[in-house]
Amino acid sequence: MDNEQAVLYSRMLTELTLTFHIIYATVGVGIPLLIFIAQWLGIKRQDEHYILLARRWTRGYIITVAVGVVTGTAIGLQLNLLWPTFMELAGNAIALPLFMETFAFFFEAIFLGIYLYTWDRFEDQRKHMLILIPVAIGASCSAIFITMVNSFMNSPQGFEIANGNLINVQPILAMFNPSMPTKVAHVLATAYMTSAFILASIGAYRMLKGSNHVYHKKALLLTIKVGLVFSIAAAVIGDFAGKYLAEYQPEKLAAMEWHFDTEESASLTLFGILQNGDEVKYSIKIPYALSILAHGTPTAEVIGLDKFPAENIPPLYIHYLFNIMVMIGMGVTFLGLVYLIGKFLKKKFIHRRFFLWLIVASGPLSMIAIEAGWWLAEVGRQPWVLRGILRTEDAATTSDQVDLMLYLFIGLYIVLGLASAIVLVRMFRSNPIERELADRKGGG
Amino acid sequence: MSYELIGISVLWMFLFGYIIIASIDFGAGFFNAYSVLTNKQHIISNIIQRYLSPVWEVTNVFLVFFFVGIVGFFPSTAYFYGTILLVPASISVVLLAIRGSYYAFSTYGKLKSNFWTYLYGFSGLFIPASLSIVLTISEGGFVYIEDSRIILDYLTLFTSPLTWSIVILSLTSVLYISAVFLTWYASVAKDEPATELMRKYALSWSLPAILTATGIIVELRMHNPEHFARLVDLWWMFLISFVLFLITTRLIWLRRSYGLAFHVLVFQFLIAFFAYGISHYPYLLYPHLTITEGFTSEAMAIALIIAFVAGFCLLIPSVLLILRLFLLNKDYIQGKIK
Ligand code: HDD
Ligand code: HEM
Ligand code: HEM
Repeated sequence: MDNEQAVLYSRMLTELTLTFHIIYATVGVGIPLLIFIAQWLGIKRQDEHYILLARRWTRGYIITVAVGVVTGTAIGLQLNLLWPTFMELAGNAIALPLFMETFAFFFEAIFLGIYLYTWDRFEDQRKHMLILIPVAIGASCSAIFITMVNSFMNSPQGFEIANGNLINVQPILAMFNPSMPTKVAHVLATAYMTSAFILASIGAYRMLKGSNHVYHKKALLLTIKVGLVFSIAAAVIGDFAGKYLAEYQPEKLAAMEWHFDTEESASLTLFGILQNGDEVKYSIKIPYALSILAHGTPTAEVIGLDKFPAENIPPLYIHYLFNIMVMIGMGVTFLGLVYLIGKFLKKKFIHRRFFLWLIVASGPLSMIAIEAGWWLAEVGRQPWVLRGILRTEDAATTSDQVDLMLYLFIGLYIVLGLASAIVLVRMFRSNPIERELADRKGGG
Repeated sequence: MSYELIGISVLWMFLFGYIIIASIDFGAGFFNAYSVLTNKQHIISNIIQRYLSPVWEVTNVFLVFFFVGIVGFFPSTAYFYGTILLVPASISVVLLAIRGSYYAFSTYGKLKSNFWTYLYGFSGLFIPASLSIVLTISEGGFVYIEDSRIILDYLTLFTSPLTWSIVILSLTSVLYISAVFLTWYASVAKDEPATELMRKYALSWSLPAILTATGIIVELRMHNPEHFARLVDLWWMFLISFVLFLITTRLIWLRRSYGLAFHVLVFQFLIAFFAYGISHYPYLLYPHLTITEGFTSEAMAIALIIAFVAGFCLLIPSVLLILRLFLLNKDYIQGKIK
């Protein structure tokens, strides 16, 4: 295998593993927060339904955690195996948050073990709820620390390079790099938002399947409220992320907006398709919007692709990814808003079938937005693995067996994905909420 | 003490932690599967389930901690080992993934069937075997550099007696460590039949474990005389370790103080493991990489050590809590509380 192929397969394997891990990781970051809110409401209002929500979510959560843990272990090792040069360089400068992440894992793992096995051990339910706090903090900190590493790849700082060696390393400066604040905040907000909408999807699906229990209505109201709050937060932070890009990674912004020529009062290109390299067809142009997105003023100058040599421009298809992410974000926010207004005005349509189907769609759609967002961020950083410092093609392994490993992992993810889906479906189908409520009443 | 020495000691300590708790886990899975095979499941699976359920995820973190830590402290290991371990480490990852997730699926997702028990049990033996290859490679002689590419010579690796002795050592120690622990655990649970069965396993694996360990030293003499010489210098550590081994087996033989027996066993392995580690010093990969060449910058080292101390202060109380609630809690072990 020549080097080009090794790079290609390493890329594909990295993309595959991350695309798969992020599904479980996102859920892993967001769901503890929702379990916490449900349990808290249950204790505060003395409402058995919320307690049961917390219990059932936890049972599903542990399955997704398991897959999150094993795929995470896979990436952790794979990054070293596939990108040895990158990890050697990066290890010198950004090892600190990676290392701190393992403590977050420890923390989460230990308290999750305790939480799972102590539902009935404490007289005072509030004590049990407290155990969830470290779980939620640990999960969110994992996301924070790993996103710091990723933001370092986008805006590396905190070291100098002399003769190919890193000197004057400042670990804290490397952690708190320019893209860190928006990135971390956006990743967290979207993880909470996505988890909330996924749980809303499940509730809505049960209602569609004929369960008319008030339990599902409570679940729906709670999850959509949370989802709405965080989807609005995600959009606001996303706007800041755009402003960050304009300042520090203008080539990524220009590529994702199909902004070819540097100009003032730039307009925003929505949708459209690209022909012959740089002809935009069927798009909608919103005057001044890009200048506002990038700099906050309608007349500001926005740097275009013309300022960059061709070999440093990321693939232009990220425009589609950006559109997918933003459209889903706005659509889901709108849906949540309509639901809550409908609920407030006691309208019937929010429990009609078509509306419930829309809610069912919101969870998977949010997950698609997560995937689109990450692909946008990562492909938009190309050709760099460490922006401005190390090119992706120079960082890959020189090993000959990457293609075999790719097939091996494709097999693994198919098995894991299917099995986790089957287990989750069976878990809830064999134990519907009506039965569980009756059991708990009977059993005392 | 220099920073690199602190770093490698901490990592070695965590690797040791992983080896002990993962051995218990891997062995328990194996004994569980074996008991199904021989229709003795009713005797021990209850004990094994009660132990494993709350801790399996923690076990995994020890491993993650080790490999993240070693890349943090010694970034060059990412370059050397990352390149050569692509295949062996990927296989370990797949095995770990299957095993970990199917444990969760069957325990929490009620996916009950003997097939998973076997899969879980036997994959647990392949993992230590495949991970132990790393130790073999670190002895040198299997890696060469050609046009500045690092290449692992699989043929020499898989035909070397050293490789296979280390693989066998990893298996026998896994089963021995696990059996001793479970004997103790079962005795705390006041489960007579399980205690007796595990005691029998512990005794039958003790001899193979010590024999293979001695075998390695002999193999090394051929393979890496320099390392062998340094091992011999540390003869007194191995002697202590051997005496501790005798104490453990004696206690188990006499059916006395199983708890003490397990603790002595931990010390036996700790001493042997550190003796091995010290004699390996200063090489991370013989003869290409030493801990001073591969070390990170001083600023990063200090930051990592500070993070480690802070993290450790968080960790200790949490570990004590989980121990108090489950592992050292008689009522839990005996099944009086859930
Ligand atoms: C549910 C998911 C979701 C939703 C609704 C949105 N995003 Fe997003 N976005 C992500 C999920 C995401 C993400 C997966 O979390 C990314 C990938 C990497 C990252 O930092 O966050 C991301 C990246 C990302 C980036 C690239 C940052 C970078 O590469 O440095 C920008 C500019 C935006 N987003 C902007 C927005 C805007 C203006 C939105 C308006 C509605 C929006 N996002 C909604
Ligand atoms: C947070 C930590 C992350 C790190 C450290 C990281 C690391 C890397 C590395 C080393 C590469 C270069 C190799 C390549 O080009 O394939 C890469 C590219 C890529 N990553 Fe990430 N990644 C992270 C998050 C993610 C996530 C969550 C996803 C997906 C959902 C993702 C998707 C991709 C994609 C699609 C590429 C390929 C870009 C291209 O080659 O065109 N990444 N990432
Ligand atoms: C290159 C990137 C990444 C690496 C190396 C990585 C590494 C890992 C590892 C090793 C684990 C298992 C920990 C354990 O044993 O308990 C894990 C799990 C996890 N990862 Fe990732 N990860 C990456 C990307 C991400 C991203 C982008 C996120 C979040 C946005 C994330 C969030 C999590 C969470 C929350 C868990 C805990 C498992 C769960 O609760 O589901 N990871 N990751």
